[in-house]
Amino acid sequence: MTQSELPVLTKKDFESDQDVRWCPGCGDYSILAQTQKTMPDFGVAKEKIVFISGIGCSGRLPYYMNTFGFHTIHGRAATIATGLKGARPDLMVWVITGDGDALSIGGNHLIHAMRRNVDMKMIMFNNRIYGLTKGQASPTSPIGKKTKSTPMGTIETPIIPLNLVAAAEASFIARSVDTHSEHLQEMMHRAGEHTGAAFLEVLQNCNIFNDGAWRDFTDKSVKEDRMLVLKHGEPMIFGAEKNKGIRLNGLQPEVVTIGESGVTVADLWVHDETDQDATRTQILSRMWWPDFPVPVGVFRRVPRPTHDELLVAQIDEAKAARAAKGPVDLQRLLSGGETWTVS
Amino acid sequence: MTSPKSGNQTESVTQLDRVTIRFAGDSGDGMQLTGSQFTATTALFGNDVSTLPDYPAEIRAPAGSLPGVSGFQISFSSGDIHTPGDRPDVLVAMNPAALKVNIGDLVPGGGIIVNTDAFNDINLKKAGYAVDPLHDGSLQGYNLYEIPMSTMVTGACDGLGLTSKQIELTKNFFALGVMFWLYERSMAGTEKWIAEKFAGKEAIAEANKRALNAGYAFGETTEIFHTHYRVAPAHLAPGTYRNITGNEATALGFVMASKLAERDLFLASYPITPASDILHQLSGYKHLGIKTVQSEDEIAAIGAAVGAAYGGAMGMTTTSGPGMALKAEMLGLAVMVELPLVVVDVQRAGPSTGMPTKTEQGDLLMSMFGRNSDSPIPVIAPATPAECFTMAIEAWRIALKHMTPVVYLSDAFLATGAEPWKIPQASDLPSIAVENAPPSDRGGFRPYQRDPETLARPWAVPGTKGLEHRIGGLEKLDELGTVSYDPDNHHRMNLLRAEKVARVARDIPATEVWGDAEGDLLILGWGSTYGSIRSATERLRERGKRVSHAQLRYLNPLPNDLGDILKRFKRVLLPELNLGQLRMLLRAKYLVDIVGFNLVRGKPFQIGEIEAKAESLLGESVEVST
Repeated sequence: MTQSELPVLTKKDFESDQDVRWCPGCGDYSILAQTQKTMPDFGVAKEKIVFISGIGCSGRLPYYMNTFGFHTIHGRAATIATGLKGARPDLMVWVITGDGDALSIGGNHLIHAMRRNVDMKMIMFNNRIYGLTKGQASPTSPIGKKTKSTPMGTIETPIIPLNLVAAAEASFIARSVDTHSEHLQEMMHRAGEHTGAAFLEVLQNCNIFNDGAWRDFTDKSVKEDRMLVLKHGEPMIFGAEKNKGIRLNGLQPEVVTIGESGVTVADLWVHDETDQDATRTQILSRMWWPDFPVPVGVFRRVPRPTHDELLVAQIDEAKAARAAKGPVDLQRLLSGGETWTVS
Repeated sequence: MTSPKSGNQTESVTQLDRVTIRFAGDSGDGMQLTGSQFTATTALFGNDVSTLPDYPAEIRAPAGSLPGVSGFQISFSSGDIHTPGDRPDVLVAMNPAALKVNIGDLVPGGGIIVNTDAFNDINLKKAGYAVDPLHDGSLQGYNLYEIPMSTMVTGACDGLGLTSKQIELTKNFFALGVMFWLYERSMAGTEKWIAEKFAGKEAIAEANKRALNAGYAFGETTEIFHTHYRVAPAHLAPGTYRNITGNEATALGFVMASKLAERDLFLASYPITPASDILHQLSGYKHLGIKTVQSEDEIAAIGAAVGAAYGGAMGMTTTSGPGMALKAEMLGLAVMVELPLVVVDVQRAGPSTGMPTKTEQGDLLMSMFGRNSDSPIPVIAPATPAECFTMAIEAWRIALKHMTPVVYLSDAFLATGAEPWKIPQASDLPSIAVENAPPSDRGGFRPYQRDPETLARPWAVPGTKGLEHRIGGLEKLDELGTVSYDPDNHHRMNLLRAEKVARVARDIPATEVWGDAEGDLLILGWGSTYGSIRSATERLRERGKRVSHAQLRYLNPLPNDLGDILKRFKRVLLPELNLGQLRMLLRAKYLVDIVGFNLVRGKPFQIGEIEAKAESLLGESVEVST
């Protein structure tokens, strides 16, 4: 699949003929648009791209992509992607999921897809609510959140998705925001470029059932001071004045002001996407407003053999070992160890 | 008859047509190994054989306890046999618990060979014997052979530098040696096996070999056995044979199906008794290009299989009842998206965890109906261990040709039981290949445009230019395959899905009725009850009864000729290892008053049980007619 053989594709090539049916004002529109815009970046023919989704509002996305698409069942998209990629390593596989789909009903599959390093790019729309079923608490709803199913507030501690996938050895971990379209597009591009299990959390607004879920720090007016844009090899600096930073004191991150108490840029935590030890990825993933700015960007990107590569490598190895002993004789395989003949 | 080797001792040989032996001991005593070694040698000798391993689900229940008893029954014959035998003629009991658990099954006057060294106070107490049964006269009705096996192997292994515990572990080979002598079997196969198994552990290999030989020599030289037995080779149809279990035959069938379909096999499974051996075996065939994944759970396993099928591979999964329950929703998705898929359910006793190593036929209705809404799936069932090979290919033939998931119902008895298999010529087997939908530059691809004959939709695999389309679990618009909530379309699609599976009936062989085409009684069965039913039918016919036998391999859809067959008999008896699942289906479909015979004890039917049931039914019909 070389670039030169392919016609140059545009966003329009990736739009299907189906009417998009999310609620007006939903954050999913932006995610869809960035997805369609990013697809031509990879030089992959559209018939070689597959979008697989589970159930939830996010699950509709494959219908709107003019690629191969499979809208599966609740929580299980990762399992289907695992089989598809294992059987067909030549395909580019995207998994579209949500906080309920990936972290609740599909939690087990998420962990195992990440640890296996299945070469799939998983985009998780996190709106901290069940939207399609009209407003119940999700595993990322903050404690105390009042919903239809939790009229007195949830009593359950939310999952931190990136902390979870870091613990599961995900080889690419990133976060972005639905409305930060340029950044989101960049993150989609980075996820698509990664070989291995990529997990991109998109903080997404559900304007019907959980409006303003992330507003406290994603709003244009405050985001500079309340979010930290991670950049590989650069010190962690944030704030409208670019004078705040993160210092790592042992395993404890601290917010510091550059120029105060003798703090200089040299004291700041320098972001390293390629850090093999996921401990610091987890520290980053746990930083949250108002104690810390909320980090977005690529948290982790480490090379690791993919599941399908290893699957094929074992087959190649076994075939080579077998070939050294002569061609495979199917009849002999059927005969097994010992036979006798009746005449 | 005098054996030339017998020296001054007179030995006789007794000719027998059929012998059934049960090896029983503690689960740590190696009884499964002993049984399978005896089976392999006996099959090679040319007898017809049938086996029934019976072992506890616990890895190692407390030593010497009743729940820890592991058994392996083998029946071998100079004639054609179909079952591992109702009751053993000979019981090899390695400890008191093994004696206690199995003595009730032994035929009156049968032989008991015991390891007397294990009959100590502790073991007797564990088995619940207040007095030693070897000395209280309770075994008077049997031929008791008392052999101090532990003492014998200790002597045989002297000088090898092994611990007494290591030496004690060889006593099963001693017992095997005795049995080899008793039934005139060669030790060569087992000696070869020992050498391979314990390569690099020379002392252990030597100990086992010595124990085997000591057992054989014991039989030859001592006077406790007055005779040994000769069971002549069976007159099987000409051909090359091997011994095979149902799980082995199933795995080989899938390998063969992959070759015949010229597609990659992709197996994703979660370990579960008694299906795991299929996963193990196929995992060892990487050199054949077979991809296997041990999934994180049962749902992930079938999910990966569906994903592989979507990608154009032969995606499949293997499981048992509890796993089957978990796969239901994904099976429904496979029905909706109409992809080929094979799901193997090696049934075991349930409900819930049930009795994991014991057999049952309880998953038929779950396979038929255990999904939300009307969700038709073809269901097929092999009847014997060797037949698992052809039925595994058949499962794939149907799945590929009709673009549908298929459930393949094996069970624990078939899975672990063994019989001789006449090995087919791979080159003689017909192709089951189907084509992918071809690339297109016209646009407007219709993923649900059906084959007019089978109603199968095209297999439009990702990577095919011009076929980009979306499928999923939401209802599909006929032909176009886009999402549709149209009421009439939904009704039509339900009818189409049902009709597609119903048309599989046009594509299956006629039902074979063994015996006469009509008569007083038809004994109908499905799956692993084949052997017991066939043997019972043979015995009844020998006595002049007008009884025939038919075994169904195709449970959904049912064969088109079945309704007529049922009406040609005055009575129909349907033995099942469940509470009447197929009977319910047949009564509903054909309005025939089928009589059930239902036992759920985790064991196969005995021939005598079916025979007696049939006799009583025939007796009733005589009363009615006079």
